[in-house]
Amino acid sequence: MGKRTALYDTHVAAGARLVDFGGWDMPVNYGSQIEEHHAVRRDAGMFDVSHMTVVDLDGVQTRAFLRKLLANEVNKLHEPGKALYSCMLNERAGIIDDLIVYYLRNDWFRMVVNAATHDKDLAWIGKQAQPFGVKISERDLAMIAVQGPNAREKAVRVLPADARASALALKPFTALKYGGFFIARTGYTGEDGFEIMLPPAQAAELWQALVREGVAPCGLGARDTLRLEAAMNLYGQDMDENTTPLESGLGWTIAWEPAERDFIGRKALEAQRQTGTKRRFVGLLLDDKGVMRAHQKVMADGAGEGQITSGTFSPTLERSIALARIPAASGDAVQVDIRGKLCKAQVVKPPFVRNGKILIK
Amino acid sequence: MSKVPADLKYTKSHEWIKDASDGSVTIGITDHAQEALGDIVFVEVPQKGRKLAAGEACAVVESVKAASDIYSPVAGEVLEGNAGLSDAPEKINADPYGTWILRIKPANPTDLKALLDAKAYEQMLKDEA
Repeated sequence: MGKRTALYDTHVAAGARLVDFGGWDMPVNYGSQIEEHHAVRRDAGMFDVSHMTVVDLDGVQTRAFLRKLLANEVNKLHEPGKALYSCMLNERAGIIDDLIVYYLRNDWFRMVVNAATHDKDLAWIGKQAQPFGVKISERDLAMIAVQGPNAREKAVRVLPADARASALALKPFTALKYGGFFIARTGYTGEDGFEIMLPPAQAAELWQALVREGVAPCGLGARDTLRLEAAMNLYGQDMDENTTPLESGLGWTIAWEPAERDFIGRKALEAQRQTGTKRRFVGLLLDDKGVMRAHQKVMADGAGEGQITSGTFSPTLERSIALARIPAASGDAVQVDIRGKLCKAQVVKPPFVRNGKILIK
Repeated sequence: MSKVPADLKYTKSHEWIKDASDGSVTIGITDHAQEALGDIVFVEVPQKGRKLAAGEACAVVESVKAASDIYSPVAGEVLEGNAGLSDAPEKINADPYGTWILRIKPANPTDLKALLDAKAYEQMLKDEA
């Protein structure tokens, strides 16, 4: 038996199909995964993401610590509540995890890191924090992601009355705290919406209230097709400790300026930036029938071989899409080895879909 | 609990087999199998005339989640693959027992007797749960 979130009984009662995800028993779908996907693209859906790790960082040197720990620059955060996406690197610039960090006060930041990397993340953060005297506390919070074009409008109706106006006024990638609630305008689907953290004891009640507002319960299956269409990387699949942000389509998350900021992994990244990467991270669109999957080989004529890191059937495009790491010299036409059969695919610039719109031809 | 019609034969790998009583059988996947796979988006069927050994992978059903091989329950020859599935693979989810994937002519009709009956398949599902 895996770990259970505060919403486990709610999922079981709703007839969810449960799978193991990073040691947690999580819903993969309730009914049709494709319908759940469309609910998020067209209206509003919600995900139990309480398995994710919420860590609070306290201490006067927290900002200085994060400027060392993260490849992105927390000094970009000026307004309390503002969020930043970043990679946390090892000395070789390999990615230990990707995360969101929220600036709350100069001596208080909150980070949300992946569930599957919980133990190694906390060990690494704890070790690096020591010289800065920063206190690390893991928070036991439930988290519900409400996503879709109508998500915010529906979600505010079930929030405490006093919090509604300020929640609606949140700008993208900002958050507010209201009592035990932490409401962020963030997500992992390529749609607008909120991620709401709250005390576990209140999670089931909020979930049911959202159901009554017409928000569709969605499983990790739809979450995966949505994030893949939006070309948002999945840790452990599209990147890990053996790949750098430059090889993972995440160059935009590296803050090179100011040049004197000595974040962990910087030296190795600078070296790779000088010599250039041998592989590039791209999107693939399958021309033939079939479904591309992680670990399948990509053949680029004359340039060598690459590999699919994530692949699926895209419910919005109604064909298979993938993220892949291919030789830098690859052309735009490649072949994918799908179960022994060579299928034609085009190299495209991700994302495939954002805010309900198809972005590739 | 998933449906298990009494008039069909079954395999441990979740195929159902319907005897057409004309020397041919149709093969599909069970309600349990379609439910586990989730939304089916692609089906690859074998060419007519292909000779199959018992237990040989002879078709592929792909859902959003995963690809799954379909195994021939008995030795035989492919009479046809269900061409209609190319445009409507989701029919398998909607009506798993009304949607066959391939039709074969068993090499030895007596082989069918060794397959699971509904009761045995149902028991197997219970044991697996």
